[in-house]
Amino acid sequence: MALPTYEEVIAKWDPVLGLEVHVELNTHSKMFCSCATEFGAEPNTQTCPVCLALPGALPVVNEKAIESTILIGLALNCKIAPYSRFARKNYFYPDMPKNFQISQYDEPICFDGYVDVEIETEEGPKQFRIEIERVHMEEDTGKSLHVGGATGRIHGADYSLLDYNRAGIPLVEIVTKIVPGTGKYAPEVAKAYVAELRDILRGLKVSDVKMEQGSLRCDANVSLKPIGSDVLGTRSETKNVNSLRSVERAIRGEMIRHAELLNEGKKVKQETRHFQEDTGLTRSGRSKEQAEDYRYFPDPDLVPVTPAAAWIEELRATLPERPSLRRKRIKEEWNVPDKEMEAMINADVLDIVETTVLLGADPTKARTWWLGEISRIANDQNVAVADLSITPAHVAELVALVAAGELTDKLARQVVEGVIAGEGKPSEVVAKRGIKVVNDDGALMAAIEKVCAEQAETAEKVRGGHLPAAGALIGAVMKETKGQADAARVRELLLGHLGQA
Amino acid sequence: MIRQSAAQMAAALSEGSTTSVELTQAHLDQIAAVDNNVKAFLHVDAEGALAQAKSVDAQRKSGEKLSPLAGIPLALKDVLAQRGVPTTAGSKILQGWRPPYDSTVVTKLKDAGLVILGKTNMDEFAMGSSTENSGYGPTFNPWDLTRTPGGSSGGSAAAVSAFQAPLAVGSDTGGSIRQPAALTGIVGVRPTYGAVSRFGLIAYSSSLDQAGPFGRTVLDTALLHEVMAGHDPKDATSINAPVPAVVAAAKSGDVKGMKIGVIKQLQGEGYQKGVQARFDESLQVLASLGAEIVEVDCPNFEYALAAYYLIAPSECSSNLARFDAMRYGLRTGDIDGASAEAVMSATRDAGFGREVKRRIILGTYALSSGYYDAYYGSAQKIRTLIIQDYAKAFTQADVLVSPTAPTTAYKIGEKVDDPMAMYLGDVATIPVNLAGICGMSLPAGLADEDNLPVGFQIMAPAMQDQRLYQAGAALEAALLSQWGAPILSKAPALAGSK
Repeated sequence: MALPTYEEVIAKWDPVLGLEVHVELNTHSKMFCSCATEFGAEPNTQTCPVCLALPGALPVVNEKAIESTILIGLALNCKIAPYSRFARKNYFYPDMPKNFQISQYDEPICFDGYVDVEIETEEGPKQFRIEIERVHMEEDTGKSLHVGGATGRIHGADYSLLDYNRAGIPLVEIVTKIVPGTGKYAPEVAKAYVAELRDILRGLKVSDVKMEQGSLRCDANVSLKPIGSDVLGTRSETKNVNSLRSVERAIRGEMIRHAELLNEGKKVKQETRHFQEDTGLTRSGRSKEQAEDYRYFPDPDLVPVTPAAAWIEELRATLPERPSLRRKRIKEEWNVPDKEMEAMINADVLDIVETTVLLGADPTKARTWWLGEISRIANDQNVAVADLSITPAHVAELVALVAAGELTDKLARQVVEGVIAGEGKPSEVVAKRGIKVVNDDGALMAAIEKVCAEQAETAEKVRGGHLPAAGALIGAVMKETKGQADAARVRELLLGHLGQA
Repeated sequence: MIRQSAAQMAAALSEGSTTSVELTQAHLDQIAAVDNNVKAFLHVDAEGALAQAKSVDAQRKSGEKLSPLAGIPLALKDVLAQRGVPTTAGSKILQGWRPPYDSTVVTKLKDAGLVILGKTNMDEFAMGSSTENSGYGPTFNPWDLTRTPGGSSGGSAAAVSAFQAPLAVGSDTGGSIRQPAALTGIVGVRPTYGAVSRFGLIAYSSSLDQAGPFGRTVLDTALLHEVMAGHDPKDATSINAPVPAVVAAAKSGDVKGMKIGVIKQLQGEGYQKGVQARFDESLQVLASLGAEIVEVDCPNFEYALAAYYLIAPSECSSNLARFDAMRYGLRTGDIDGASAEAVMSATRDAGFGREVKRRIILGTYALSSGYYDAYYGSAQKIRTLIIQDYAKAFTQADVLVSPTAPTTAYKIGEKVDDPMAMYLGDVATIPVNLAGICGMSLPAGLADEDNLPVGFQIMAPAMQDQRLYQAGAALEAALLSQWGAPILSKAPALAGSK
């Protein structure tokens, strides 16, 4: 039997989602020790007795990680528990040094929240509320590299290499309640939710949220039930979904796979599946039919987490504007076209542009500078815009200089180069490079006369009333004056000179 | 010289009548002379000890201000990590492991100038009451080499009792300092939970473990207690409060007007006749010194042993999971084609002893889903009830007292095959651990029937450790004047002893 099409799936089946997102916090030190957390360091260089689980070593909670988790909870409209505990999740695996993971079990620090996401549909924008079950803290495991064997997995490998740099990195797990009622939009809603989470977390500055580096990872639970039924189907849990596009593809793929099984009267196995980036399909992982017994119990090495109500309120007061709402506001206030808005978000310059505007620059001008000339230079130098030495204050000054007629756009680009080259702020670059608009009508007239003499034929055409021919002459004058002239003034003088004023 | 108290040795050092090197060498000589029979030490670090002694002597010579115990030798229970020195917790699974770091206790000892002679024998991972569960063979009681010194800190207690060290560090999860102190005729204190950092103390049961001091006198024990205690940011359960003034209390022992509560449940039936007799006499001595003796009721103590044998194994089943052959310690079964799981399994089978396996299995079972509430959950409730029993009792008395152990030292092998009989030996010490409070054992004399030492236990509320020393020092002084000589002078001489 052929795979059902997506349309066939949604005609018969109603998907139910559940999303678990793991976020690596960007704290300087690990969750329970003071080891560094830098990504990409040499294997096993960021380890200590605590995260290697040497005999006698003890964990101590990273306060900053608790603060970050509370911020996340607040941003996701969660309640914050006045008392929560860490528990030990016991299971043996070589990349987990203690052979238990410190996590939170029945007492998470944040619970009962929600996030609203909006997707574009044929019927216009549609909003979905994703309810958050819990947000809790835990530690990451180390990394195993299984060498030899066909699958890259521990079974069948010749040997395994272990890197404990990641062991103990603070992780926050954000778990949704079941998400029903998304119908055919399920894949898009899931993608929009993860994108919204990513933006919220980025806005909170608590994580790098780089899906490709694994600092944000999504596990997608999918089940199907017949349309109209109240009985939940059996779910599969797809792991390793490492891009927004993959979230969408994985869910779509699982919906089709489930539907095929169910259409044939087979059962969906409750299991963990691994997403394959190349094929977009999932591969069977470990079966979850027999729930593993993790023997959770409160970690006796740690004391309960009891954040003071006043501290929680202090943190609440520092919450930034919700990214999606902010984008909406900016788009309306500045009257930005969709494409440009998207370009600013993709280039990650929204903050910079907004600061530039707050410093007095016109929004369109500010956006044009950052997205245009400055982004181009950043691209050439292969660095992020934010890493260039030009600041919003510089750009605001530049916009003001142009508006005052002291620079032309062309001259301003030279100034930008100067600022980025470290020659100082725009006014300093102008002074040092001797850049100024030529306002001396005498000098301009000399240039105009010279050009008209050289291109007598063209000048005659203009004199005869053929105004479009003036462009070539203006261009030549600008060249003659090395671009330092104000093109509008040149045009004015030229047309006067040729009797067309 | 080695039969003096640590306080006397410290005085001799500061007078200049001896040096730390001399003192250290004298103890190394005693170890060489008697430890073949006592087997208190798993590792003697003569080189490290003499180097530290030399360094302290040099500091003293140059006029540096030294802490009171600087230059005094000490024996360290092998449960505490000491950088570069073999540390096994009495287990084969850690044979040959040399920690790359110092436990906080060791750092504090080193900073105070104490000289660590070596690592002492113990029940494997501190699980046991006789030191017979050591992966390296038992320690023998210096009072009678056919008997156990108690445990799990049996090596440390025996070393102090046999004059191999004036002081020792032990750890006490269910009585592992107090019971061996009682069985070897010395003083041992389990400080309030959280008073001494557990960082670097190889965990048996995290919520019950606590390191503490051994000495031959109450004052010596207090001097060491003060060095070991104090807040440690590396231990989340460490108490951030000033260390109780235990040395001052030990120097001014006095029980006049003190209310001393005798726990109804911890005496009488099940206690050896001679143990009960010495306990009763000590009570009379305290009364004669002006203490008011009252009886207190702790009805839930009856369940303490059961609760302990659920909580401690549960925690240990998780704490000991790290011994998996992956990063350190023993590795066996690593033959061609063996999976990581098979290597872990073979190593744990070969490296852990019977009692450790028994407790891991017990704990794994107690934490299993479906059994958790009935076992671990109920045990936690009993723990709360015991805390409440103590809280009520401490409204009626300043300190509480009982015999430390129901019997004197028993024969090696006598209870090895009867875990329940062995566990019952901890019936009087375990409630202190469950409640997280502090307790002391000090010698109350010898039992008439076997001429072996009897321990008298004093208990005080959390962070009131000074009360132990205040009462203990008063009782010690009164008993000493009755006996005319320290109790250890009545022990039969060990062959070769200096």
